[in-house]
Amino acid sequence: MTKDEHKEGIGGMANPRRYGIERVAYLLMRLSGLGLLAYFVAHIYETSNILRGQVGWDELLEMTSTTEGHIILSIVIGMCVFHTVNGIRVMLGHGGVGVGKPARPDYPYEPASQNYRHKIGIYSAIVLAAFAMMYGLAVLFGE
Amino acid sequence: MAQVSSIAEEQASTPLSSSKSITLRISRYNPKHDDSSVFMEFTVPYQKWTTVLEAILDVKKHFDHSVAVRYSCRQATCGSCGMMINGKPKLACFTKISELNSDVITVEPMSNFPIIRDLAVKFERMFETHHKIKPYLIRDDTELESDAKEFLQSPKEVEQYIQFANCIKCGLCNSACPTMATDSSFVGPQALAQAYRYVADSRDKGKDSRLKMIDEPHGIWRCHFAGSCSQVCPKGVDPAMGIQLLRGYLLGFRS
Ligand code: SF4
Ligand code: FES
Repeated sequence: MTKDEHKEGIGGMANPRRYGIERVAYLLMRLSGLGLLAYFVAHIYETSNILRGQVGWDELLEMTSTTEGHIILSIVIGMCVFHTVNGIRVMLGHGGVGVGKPARPDYPYEPASQNYRHKIGIYSAIVLAAFAMMYGLAVLFGE
Repeated sequence: MAQVSSIAEEQASTPLSSSKSITLRISRYNPKHDDSSVFMEFTVPYQKWTTVLEAILDVKKHFDHSVAVRYSCRQATCGSCGMMINGKPKLACFTKISELNSDVITVEPMSNFPIIRDLAVKFERMFETHHKIKPYLIRDDTELESDAKEFLQSPKEVEQYIQFANCIKCGLCNSACPTMATDSSFVGPQALAQAYRYVADSRDKGKDSRLKMIDEPHGIWRCHFAGSCSQVCPKGVDPAMGIQLLRGYLLGFRS
């Protein structure tokens, strides 16, 4: 990215404060996507430890049984739920579902695609992810 | 360091029954000889109806005429005066100071467009991508060759695309788009919305060629439906809607 192009860059792309909850959802979607990818790689590494036999496997399980391990797993649960629910919303939107119908625009030009259905979808994804995380924490720490 | 100036009250174009004033911070930058931009500050009186463009023109008229700004119609029609106003892309002629609810107004050149000087940015790339999607009706027969003098459309058919025909090519959508912020090759919401405008036009027969054009790695698939383009569009085009409907054709949701 050159200075000449005057692009906002990653800082601008990741700034969630200017364009409403839709942009917050955009950022969370990207972060949770990256987080899940990292977890996926770690998970393959983790489960591949079974090749080291019972001892290696038990050692690794112990690592995830720490307080930090539980917190990380709860975050993974939250990311997973948010990414799934919001992903369904975005996929439907990508197919043109729930984005409104073209019409003659009237001042003040409220964009039909930024409608309450999608906002409800975003808030639901956040709330469900929070509940799933709390449930995960309760189960993991209640062991 | 910011330079602070105030316009002599008796010189300002805003009637000075107004006791209200704001601090206008203008980004100054000439890529030919400056390393980075600096802000100059001006105290400008305003009325309920004073626009940001009028405040900038007051500064040009009474204090520093070298401030570079592009404008023409002053009524949200020509699409020339887009700039970042307090961090968001807006038309300066369509943004009243009173609606910003701030004593300090910062104006900067629109993001994601190369700077010519100060507040004026280059539109070449946007016009190129706009042109690339063939923004005209494509047909085998033309009006000249056909017996029919015009291509009739029902009001319902007109409604399919008329909101997208409102685009004034101001570039605010491209400036707000998170993909444009990092991807120099992305087609951008402006051009994609215009692709939909023609694809949805019942008179047009160029759907396949346009869909082919945008079905590429830096094409429509780079849109992640963040919706910021639609939130800043001053003409109700709602590019995000157009892009998703357009994608519906490629995904088989529409035909
Ligand atoms: S779609 Fe809206 S914001 Fe984008 S260029 Fe056209 S009028 Fe401007
Ligand atoms: S001056 Fe024409 S759109 Fe603002």
